[in-house]
Amino acid sequence: MGNDRASAWGRRLLVGLVVGWFAALILVPTLALARTALAGGFRPFWDALMSADARRAFGLTLSITAVATVVNTLFGLAFALVLVRQKFWGRAIADGLVDLPFAVSPIIAGLMLVIVYGPNGWLGRHLEAAGFKVVYSWPGMVLATMFVTIPFVVREVVPVLREFGIDQEEVARTLGAGRWRTFWRVTLPSIRWGLAYGVTLTVARSLGEFGALLVVSGNILGRTQTATLYIHDTIEGFHPEGAYAASVALAGISFVLLIGMELVRKRVEAHEKH
Amino acid sequence: MAIAVRNLTKRLGNFAVEDVSFEVPEGQLVALLGPSGSGKSTILRIIAGLEKADSGEVELTGEDATYMPVQRRGVGFVFQHYALFRHMTIRQNVAFGLEVQRLPKAEIKRRVDELLNLVQLSGYSERYPSQLSGGQRQRVALARALAPRPKVLLLDEPFGALDSRVRDELRSWLRKLHDEVHVTSLFVTHDQQEAFEVSDQIVVLNRGKIEQMGPPQELYERPASPFVTEFLGAVNVLPLDSILSMDTMQDEAPLPVDFPTAGGRARVYVRPHDMELTRQSDGRTGWFAHVRRLTHLGGTVRVELKLLDGTDLLVQLTRERSRELELAEGDDIYVVPRNWKVFEERPRPEDRMQPIEGDYVI
Repeated sequence: MGNDRASAWGRRLLVGLVVGWFAALILVPTLALARTALAGGFRPFWDALMSADARRAFGLTLSITAVATVVNTLFGLAFALVLVRQKFWGRAIADGLVDLPFAVSPIIAGLMLVIVYGPNGWLGRHLEAAGFKVVYSWPGMVLATMFVTIPFVVREVVPVLREFGIDQEEVARTLGAGRWRTFWRVTLPSIRWGLAYGVTLTVARSLGEFGALLVVSGNILGRTQTATLYIHDTIEGFHPEGAYAASVALAGISFVLLIGMELVRKRVEAHEKH
Repeated sequence: MAIAVRNLTKRLGNFAVEDVSFEVPEGQLVALLGPSGSGKSTILRIIAGLEKADSGEVELTGEDATYMPVQRRGVGFVFQHYALFRHMTIRQNVAFGLEVQRLPKAEIKRRVDELLNLVQLSGYSERYPSQLSGGQRQRVALARALAPRPKVLLLDEPFGALDSRVRDELRSWLRKLHDEVHVTSLFVTHDQQEAFEVSDQIVVLNRGKIEQMGPPQELYERPASPFVTEFLGAVNVLPLDSILSMDTMQDEAPLPVDFPTAGGRARVYVRPHDMELTRQSDGRTGWFAHVRRLTHLGGTVRVELKLLDGTDLLVQLTRERSRELELAEGDDIYVVPRNWKVFEERPRPEDRMQPIEGDYVI
């Protein structure tokens, strides 16, 4: 009896510790940010968000995110298919290198891109000569965002694809479906949740990318200033309410994205059950 | 011929299919039987177009299919692990091959209903594969394969993933289904009992080569090689000279067979149920043996014997016969073979065992 009691208390303690730690680390700061941002009421919050600079910054962030996500989804899918299905020399190396962006600080990633694509870079030199500006401009920022987010789709899709195997595709072929139809009707629906997770994480990460962009963008007000760079500048400048408002908006988008994703997944899985 | 395979060869590492040729007549159910690594699944996959042969030809219903892509071959394929589309309902699974053909919706619905009825799963059309048992899933896989009316049906170890009771049920069910539908079927198995129970013809494979083919009973009664003899069921293998020197009930040669070239390099194959035990010498040819162990297996009794020269022998009796003899461990008894097969080992060509004249059936 005494033992049971002790273990019950132990369990409560463990739960309390985990929840408390989570609250201290994530919940409290999140609420504090929201509170601070809305301290003067909704009106100033909205005005700060709708300022010309803020709107331009968000527009840029969204356009970069959109392009980076589309490209990385397609590329990540292809990469995962190659890693799982093809045998080639250097596959193990490629498999390991995909994770490099996770391991390397984004600021270093930015630096690497500047070295290659900068005005005096190996490739940048020729591109600039041809009138095509990469670094300190939109293409460079997309490049930096893509670099940082490459692993998400690949890492989410590879295990799902491996588990999926090739039996179902082979059956589809014997039933008269060509490669393309087999991919759309059989392969893609089977890996969609892995893919959707990867895409969601890619979007969330793209929205919040800062370090690599700081190096690559040159942070030119109104031209290469993304939402995160805008937050960075407004904190240092003299109207932090802009920073708070933008932060809440940015965090809110990511949060809604993740929650929505989780809800849809639960619903569909309740249908299919594996 | 519904399926014709000619000189099929494929090498994959240390494993190979070598110069395999056979034909499957229209409407028959044929088994590719062999141990794992004998190349049977590879041959099936080559016929389906899922794998390419290094050389050789595949013909389907008289048409050369060697270079035809999978999706145009018109084969139904059933995998060991069902390979149902998990994100589709049972109805959608069965309809897949019909939708690919762009048939009208009403016709697809009619055909799917017809097939679900055939595999006795009419009430399950809106469920997902995960909600079905293994046996049900395999029936769905079969319905899906049959839906587009394939020229031939190919089944790769279709009962391999099921537990033994369901497997037995599904086996006899498949045979019945085939008698109704009559689609030419080729199925791969490593289980000789399964092959015997289901098929019209059996092709026995060993290390990528055909050992023998023919109707089950013929294979069993006239196996062409030691491999086939051993693979088709339990068998005693006895060195010929050991048998020749054996005591007999009468002072004649134990096997009334003439072995012109055999010498010591021949072996005798006797199945456990092809021998009789008697207490008294009754004038027939036989051997004297010592009963070492009796094992009761329900309807039959397994008797482990030792011949005078030390050779082990396994005999299977009915329970009644064992009771009649009042058989007990430690008894000495006569063994009379009813039926056996002698293979002579030939150094050349190919160092394989060859059957020799003088197989003996009483």
